Amino acid sequence: MTQHILIVDDEKNIAISVDYLLRREGFEVSVAHDGEEGLKLIKSLQPDLVLLDVMMPKLNGFEVCEAVKRDPALSSIRIIMLTAKGRDAEKEKGLTLGADAYITKPFATRDLVTQVKALLE
Amino acid sequence: MLGGPLIIATSLFYLGLLFAVAYWADRQADRGHSVIAHPTVYALSLAVYCTAWTYYGSVGRAAQSGIGFLPIYIGPTLGAALWVFLLLKMIRVSKSQRITSIADFISSRHGKSHLLGGLVTIIAVVGIIPYIALQLKAVSNSFTILLHYPDIIMPSHATTLPIWQDTALYVALLLALFTILFGTRHLDASERHEGLVAAIAFESIIKLLALTAVGLFVTFGLYHGFADVMQQAKTAGLLQPMFDSSSVTSINWFSFSFLAAMAVLLLPRQFQVAVVENSSERHLSRAVWLFPLYLLLINIFVLPIALAGRLAFPDGSVDADTFVLTLPIAHGQEWLAMLSYLGGLSAATGMVIVEAIALSTMVCNDLVMPLLLRHWRTRTAPVDMTSVLLLVRRSAIFIILLLGYTYFRVAGEAYALVSIGLISFAAVAQFAPTLFGGLYWRGGTQAGALAGLGAGFLVWIYTLLLPSFAKSGWLPGSFLEFGPFGIEFLIPQALFGLSGFGEITHCLFWSLTANVGAYVAVSLYKPPNAEETAQASLFVDAMKYDRPAVGLWRGNAEVDELKQLASRFLGGQKVEAAFEDFYRNKGTVYDTSQPADAETVHFAETLLTGAIGSASARVMVASVAQEEPLGLDEVMGILDEASHIRAHSKALEEKSRELEQATTELRSANTRLQELDQLKDDFMSSVTHELRTPLTSIRAFSEMLHDDPKIHLDDRKRFLSIIVSETERLTRLVNQVLDLASIESGRGEWTTGEVNVTGLIRQSIEATEQLFRDKGILVVVDIPDGEHRVWADHDRLMQVMLNLLSNAVKFVPDTDGKIIVRLQIAPENYQVSVTDNGPGIAENQQVMIFEKFQRGDDREGANPMGTGLGLPISRQIIEHFGGQLWVESSLNNGATFSFTIPKGQTALTNTAHQE
Repeated sequence: MTQHILIVDDEKNIAISVDYLLRREGFEVSVAHDGEEGLKLIKSLQPDLVLLDVMMPKLNGFEVCEAVKRDPALSSIRIIMLTAKGRDAEKEKGLTLGADAYITKPFATRDLVTQVKALLE
Repeated sequence: MLGGPLIIATSLFYLGLLFAVAYWADRQADRGHSVIAHPTVYALSLAVYCTAWTYYGSVGRAAQSGIGFLPIYIGPTLGAALWVFLLLKMIRVSKSQRITSIADFISSRHGKSHLLGGLVTIIAVVGIIPYIALQLKAVSNSFTILLHYPDIIMPSHATTLPIWQDTALYVALLLALFTILFGTRHLDASERHEGLVAAIAFESIIKLLALTAVGLFVTFGLYHGFADVMQQAKTAGLLQPMFDSSSVTSINWFSFSFLAAMAVLLLPRQFQVAVVENSSERHLSRAVWLFPLYLLLINIFVLPIALAGRLAFPDGSVDADTFVLTLPIAHGQEWLAMLSYLGGLSAATGMVIVEAIALSTMVCNDLVMPLLLRHWRTRTAPVDMTSVLLLVRRSAIFIILLLGYTYFRVAGEAYALVSIGLISFAAVAQFAPTLFGGLYWRGGTQAGALAGLGAGFLVWIYTLLLPSFAKSGWLPGSFLEFGPFGIEFLIPQALFGLSGFGEITHCLFWSLTANVGAYVAVSLYKPPNAEETAQASLFVDAMKYDRPAVGLWRGNAEVDELKQLASRFLGGQKVEAAFEDFYRNKGTVYDTSQPADAETVHFAETLLTGAIGSASARVMVASVAQEEPLGLDEVMGILDEASHIRAHSKALEEKSRELEQATTELRSANTRLQELDQLKDDFMSSVTHELRTPLTSIRAFSEMLHDDPKIHLDDRKRFLSIIVSETERLTRLVNQVLDLASIESGRGEWTTGEVNVTGLIRQSIEATEQLFRDKGILVVVDIPDGEHRVWADHDRLMQVMLNLLSNAVKFVPDTDGKIIVRLQIAPENYQVSVTDNGPGIAENQQVMIFEKFQRGDDREGANPMGTGLGLPISRQIIEHFGGQLWVESSLNNGATFSFTIPKGQTALTNTAHQE
């Protein structure tokens, strides 16, 4: 069964690139452009993994992550935080909130794919 | 039905009630709950100022001369404003020196002189005894009138009655007994008389209530309010002559007000309640407005009662001074009459009690003690002086009241009694120059004070007292008319030809002239000696925190001897407790066998001052302590040292204030730096984020293109165009960051010159034409004709215009987009605005959008390609030229961005300043 990945990022071009990249690897991919839409899709689509940007309008990535991990029906969903602010403090915060991995932008496409695959095994 | 027994019983009951109040207050004080330690009680006790002379006499005066009764109350009301520093200083000095009377105050200030204290006491006694007589007369008259209820019979002249039938005698004796019980329970007069003050405050309430009750009855019971009384009085033709015959000319208004303002501080009883009995300096701030308010209230009904009395007794058979009592009697209001009588009784008793206590302290300390001390120089003094002192005080009270009664017997209805109020005031006004001068002028000496007081007192006797005797028929009246021995310029009430002023003003003028003149001249003639200099500094510098705390003294004495001395006057237990307390505060070991230091000697002397006055205390302490007299230069040396220390400590304080200031400034600078640091961090973090975002896309697409050569051609094209646009975005960002940094750091390059605003606006619209056309936007340009020039940087201004226009293009709807560009000319500046019909900006976003990297997040369709720096940069540019940039918008109603550019000179100078 194909695994389902949701990309939540307000930067359209980044979303396009990751979407293309993961589809090519054989995943089913959906895209949301802000935190609110992202959370809605997480609930309705129940993806296996979410790539979650931090700095977004409406709900930010941390808030979405927290909401997902608090909800028992969703808490098994894997989350990879994507952020352009490569500070340790941010990374820590994401991980304590329950994110499974943390990737700093800009990233190597190969690393992203490896991480995703590793988490979905 | 009223009658003798009932009135006497009620009077006694009232006095008993007073005593109960006093007893209760004393008990409370013993338990540590002081009743009088309250600002309102303090203000009420000051109202002992309002005597029977106020209670009955104001109405009498108003009946004669209309508003002529007012200056007596206006003076203190205006004078109260000075209390906050004048009375405060008097209290501060008296507390620290344990001064217990005005005589001691003046004597202590001028070198602790028995002679001076004695003179002040004599002036006070001579001036006040007739005033006490007036109170006795008021009580006895009101009693007699009430006795004849319901008939109104004016009392027959007391002098015609045998002495044992004279009510006034019994009143005097009763009050003497009462005062002795009240006032001489403790010896140290500087201990506050808690009970006394509580009773006086209580009496102030009673007399106000009683007068107000009569006033309400008359004004609203007999008439229909104030206007009605006035109207009826006018109809009866009373009003006109009353105001015509007003004896109060404007100069008299001034001098009466001045006298009263002085009297409210200088009368012995006022000094007693205002200074000696004061329990906290903070109470002053309430007294300053509450006491004048009390005066206002007690005077409200005076005029209506006076007019109503004139209307009720048109034939003049009833003395106007009795209207307060006779009006209720005439209308059959027996209980109101009784209340009115009690009000008068309270006014009189309050005055007599406090005045007698104050005078007895002065007589004891400043007249009798010096004689006793002289007497004991040759004979052995009794070991326990407490009983002697108490006996002296009690006898003094008794004698003062008997003297008051005697004066009343002798004077009766004579002029000398009737007009005594202001004459008394004029006597105590003689204290003003030495007292106030002594508080603020270092130069005043003992000889000067004696000369001033003496001269003033003599002039007062000659111009006011003797004439009042003559008018009473006790002296031949001829010298009043023609002068003594026919010497015209010595006529007492037209001295040196000065006439037309009224006797009080005349006396005040000459007596104060003589008083001040002699005080200043004699003081200047002979400079102050050591003792005078030392005391002057204690008084004048009283408000300075670092004044010398002790008197200047040097000599040999043992603590034990001092203690024994004090015990003889104050009792052993009390003195023991006081010494223990003193040593505890001082922080040294209490050892009676040690020689006493200057501080201890001063303490013992102060302790004694409370009991026997400063001059006697000085003599007594000198008798046990072998004093080496200090020379003037030594005193000056010590004072100098004190002032050096003062100057030094002031400098230190100044320094530490400066340091504190510097610390505060450093702290705030540090905070500011931290804030700036935080801002810089935030800025860097934002820049990093803004750089990484396009880099992410560029790297991802580049890697994908590189790794997979088989990507479809369409995708390849699409990816490459994204890479190009993200690269452009990066470039734009880098440029704008650099741009902003250079503007903010002040290193920006500005090419200023004349700029044609209209031309610039048109140019900017042309430059964005393509964008408008692409989106089908309607552009409306609203610019006035002609050229309008400002002083600015053309390219920068263009940058702002392009930023605003491209923002507008981004946010107008895809169909029917509309942009209005407008130029308005104000007197001071030009205002350019760009209005779009886009989604608008919520109010909470309107400030944020001008901050760096804060794109209007909530704006639908926000353009992710914006850098978030356009508006901050534009604002910086506009502000550089002295203008403003702002937005007006509401959600769903489009947005208008406007900026102003100053005309002409403003812009010029601003630019010049920047470069």
